[in-house]
Amino acid sequence: MTTTQKIITIALMALTSAVLRFLPFVLFSSEEKTPEIISYLGKILPASIFGFLVIYSVKHVELFKGYSGLPEAIAIAATALIHYYKKNTFLSIAVGTVLYMVLVQFVFI
Amino acid sequence: MKDNKIKKAFVATFPQTIPILTAFFFIGISYGILMKVSGFSFWYPFLISIFVYGGSLQFVAIDMLLMPFNPIGAILMTIMLHVRQMFYSIAMLENYRGAGARLPLMVYYLADETFSVNFSAKIPADVDKHWFYFFVTLLNLFYWAFSSLLGGLLGSLISFNTKGLDFVMTALFVAIFVDLMREEKNRMPGIIGVIVAAVCLWLFGPVKFMVPTLLLIVVLLIGLRKKIEVA
Repeated sequence: MTTTQKIITIALMALTSAVLRFLPFVLFSSEEKTPEIISYLGKILPASIFGFLVIYSVKHVELFKGYSGLPEAIAIAATALIHYYKKNTFLSIAVGTVLYMVLVQFVFI
Repeated sequence: MKDNKIKKAFVATFPQTIPILTAFFFIGISYGILMKVSGFSFWYPFLISIFVYGGSLQFVAIDMLLMPFNPIGAILMTIMLHVRQMFYSIAMLENYRGAGARLPLMVYYLADETFSVNFSAKIPADVDKHWFYFFVTLLNLFYWAFSSLLGGLLGSLISFNTKGLDFVMTALFVAIFVDLMREEKNRMPGIIGVIVAAVCLWLFGPVKFMVPTLLLIVVLLIGLRKKIEVA
């Protein structure tokens, strides 16, 4: 991507976000007038999207090469377990990331 | 006295934003460092934080900016990640009305954390609510932008091996995903997201799977609406 293309990408993200945040102020006069399908998607999408994002963030892992995504699988499972039990986002991110760095730098070399 | 009113609102605002300050400080610094070690100059994370202002999207954008130009993908990803923020605007419609010249900034920066503070804020009776909302918005923006900048600057000082540091993004998404799955009575949307992404990744490969995944997720969620809402 060229610098111009990078700036266009960033601008599109900024503009799209702004449209979503401003739209209700332009369109709806009250909460009741929100189209039903939009409120359904707004409520239900986040869980799907973050499931997708977990996969997206490890998309370059090759399952049939090297360690077959084993370090990623271990670190994701550890992060999920710690977060499930401790409910502390910083702790989960810190432990997960340090564990993964140790795994890819010292164990699965 | 107008000055007094503004000062009073600011004093009431700051303590209520401290949890956001700590969160943004760590995640913002991680983001800035990751941008820097991914090859971006320090002003990229700073400016992106100011213009885009959306944590998850900004982490995904690190990767998207390093891949082939994909404007449709960028728009689609933004819609999918930020459509929920429309509801923050809807929820704040009544309370934000009358904010006058402060309104554009308050709406432009109405993201997750600012919404969570403003929506649930207990504003003292003698504090002007619009100034209160305005300062929450401004302080959160300030925390996020300057933590990203700090991360971007720190990134060039790092001398240890950063291999694997990008797992910060995965860990953040895993934590949010676990929280969402915990909250929802119905686990289907979360499972759909993971499975559709995995299948599309396998079919289309890492560069091209984003757009089909996002479209298929929307189609499935709308198609399975009756089952999802009943469960």
